[in-house]
Amino acid sequence: MTLEILLFYFLGAVSVGSALMMVTRRSPVMSALYLILNFFALGGLYLSLHAQFIAFIQILVYAGAIMVLFVFVIMLLNLGDEKKLNEKFSWKKIVGAGLSFGVLMELIFVFAYSKTNLPPSQFEKATDIGTVENIGMQLFTTFLFPFEVTSVLLLAAIVGAVVLAKKKLN
Amino acid sequence: MELQSYLFLSAITFIIGVVGVLVRRNAIIVFMSIELMLNSVNLTLVAFSAFLGDVTGQMLVFFAMTVAAAEAAIGLAIIIAMFRNKQTVNIDDINILKW
Repeated sequence: MTLEILLFYFLGAVSVGSALMMVTRRSPVMSALYLILNFFALGGLYLSLHAQFIAFIQILVYAGAIMVLFVFVIMLLNLGDEKKLNEKFSWKKIVGAGLSFGVLMELIFVFAYSKTNLPPSQFEKATDIGTVENIGMQLFTTFLFPFEVTSVLLLAAIVGAVVLAKKKLN
Repeated sequence: MELQSYLFLSAITFIIGVVGVLVRRNAIIVFMSIELMLNSVNLTLVAFSAFLGDVTGQMLVFFAMTVAAAEAAIGLAIIIAMFRNKQTVNIDDINILKW
């Protein structure tokens, strides 16, 4: 039990720290690498929630496939570091950051006071629901239609990416 | 471990993503911040799924990841097309649709 709490705080600290580093680095490559670290920490958190399948596709799809795409595009465009993080002072950014801090306070307030309205914890059942077997069973029975629609979505994404990124032919 | 801890963590990560979108001017970093926000919502869904004993949250995360993969491919293609036309990824220089 105490190991679980220790793991949560370690992975949570890595997750928040790497997210902060991702937002504040000047070089896009460093940002991408910190985002990969953040995805690994999230994968660890999913494992601690007994969601094994989600943890593995988090590492495979997010940290593997999507972030490779990002790093590939950053290197393809050959972007240098930004000169300064904040080229010009602007009230829009201050107001935006202040408002998002307000939203954070609101969310924390809501979560902290929602305790009484939650149903009782079913955490001991969680080991059974996150397995590949159970996820696959649900995916091909209850969620079969959304799963099939996903293939159309991916086809549209492939066609769209090819059309958008190709050179003009004239 | 309590459900609230995971919700606080995902709220903090989500807000870091929001600040990234609002403050940074590099289109690729704005895009990565959006991925960060998607991931923090995924953490909320998995936490609820584990603590309520329901598989629906994890299915939703699975579909959110599919959408994120499609979105990353399209978004990066748009950034490449933009860079080809304007030679920049700074979103302050790409303002022909702004008022």
